[in-house]
Amino acid sequence: MRATVSDLPLVLDGVSVRAGAATILDSLSLSITPGAPTLIVGPNGSGKTTLLRLLMGLAVPSVGSVSWGGRTESKPVRRAFLFQRPVMLRRTAAANVVYALAQAGAPRRERAARAAALLERVGLADLAQRPARKLSGGEQQRLALARALARDPEILLLDEPTASLDPAATRGVEEIVLMAAQSGIKIVMASHDLGQVRRLAGEVMFMVRGALCERAPSADFLDHPSTPEAAAFLRGDLVI
Amino acid sequence: MSDQFSAWQLIINGDAALFAIVRLSLAVSLSAVALAALIGMPLGALIALTRFPGRSVLVVLLNAMMGLPPVVVGLAVYLLLSRSGPLGAMGILFTPTAMVIAQTILIVPIIAALTRQTIEDLWAEYRDELTAMDVSPAGRMATLLWDARFSLLTALLAGFGRAAAEVGAVMIVGGNIDGFTRTMTTAVALETSKGNLPLAMGLGLVLVAIVLAINAAAWGTRVWSERQAG
Repeated sequence: MRATVSDLPLVLDGVSVRAGAATILDSLSLSITPGAPTLIVGPNGSGKTTLLRLLMGLAVPSVGSVSWGGRTESKPVRRAFLFQRPVMLRRTAAANVVYALAQAGAPRRERAARAAALLERVGLADLAQRPARKLSGGEQQRLALARALARDPEILLLDEPTASLDPAATRGVEEIVLMAAQSGIKIVMASHDLGQVRRLAGEVMFMVRGALCERAPSADFLDHPSTPEAAAFLRGDLVI
Repeated sequence: MSDQFSAWQLIINGDAALFAIVRLSLAVSLSAVALAALIGMPLGALIALTRFPGRSVLVVLLNAMMGLPPVVVGLAVYLLLSRSGPLGAMGILFTPTAMVIAQTILIVPIIAALTRQTIEDLWAEYRDELTAMDVSPAGRMATLLWDARFSLLTALLAGFGRAAAEVGAVMIVGGNIDGFTRTMTTAVALETSKGNLPLAMGLGLVLVAIVLAINAAAWGTRVWSERQAG
């Protein structure tokens, strides 16, 4: 559809985010390229959400620059975002997906069929005509995934999408995320559930106090953390 | 004795003159609400979603204009439409059209101000999601207006209530001409000044009943459609 434009690699160059006197992110430089899912891990307040918002272009750096495939303008081209609490538009599940397809520039005559296929993909085909706001938390999150996938993204950013879901709903969301990853979509997801990290991650970015403390393949991070902060976090200590 | 029942008698007997008055009142006020919605809703949404110098002043002004005195609006429209006024050549003073114009001016601020507040609150909820979906500014306005449709019904009802209840503006620009520009409210004012209190009270009751019925219907529609759309 828009194969000529790419949002990858996604590069942060010396990025800091400040709010008043507080520093939320501190001189971060990193690059995100296609590959296995990246999970952003760290205690609450470590800057995970702000980092994801920067990667999406929803937040702007106070210092430094963000670029998507070499471009610095923040318009989301081939990226999508899944919020912890997605906002459902006041219309049916199917209409929510059709809306996302329309915004992504899908031709009008293809929208209904593609929406049906996306709902099938997230297991909501039977609920297509239900009002989106009447769906359960897990169903809403899967519908939000269908909307995100409607953008035909190269990179999907997820901000603790299962934080308020029960295990069954969490599994439903994780299966879709893994399926997306297998189809070549780069996953970048914040989580503070170490079990989820074990299940999904290819690599881990461990954040403490707004800084990237450690970045490593998930097996290395979980079994042989190289920093004392990561070791303490994995032990279950409070990392302040 | 017959005097006390005269208003009810008129209703029960299906008095043609009374129904003409009711029909004109509804036609004028509902037309004004429709026009004011076409102007006020996009205006309110636009103010809610844009930032420009002087915006706060405009918001305060708009809120204050919800309390515009109908006689002042009536006078202004009268001056515009009177034979020597800038729009005098149109020759529409003392017609239902003039009454619709006056009531539209009266309720645009109500609908615009209530829409602005509703859309601004909804935008706070939708901002991130719509930005992530790369929705254009015009698309945002349309999406928010549509998703706020149940709340905006209240803005329309507030506008209709104001239009149906006011007497000053329609009296001045309509002239209370029997069979042509006489509405419920101007008829009540006239009958009261003539001392025909039972008839005035009867007409007043009919007016209240109609407003109540329209609000009940709107409420029912809202509850039903909310159940459908979530």
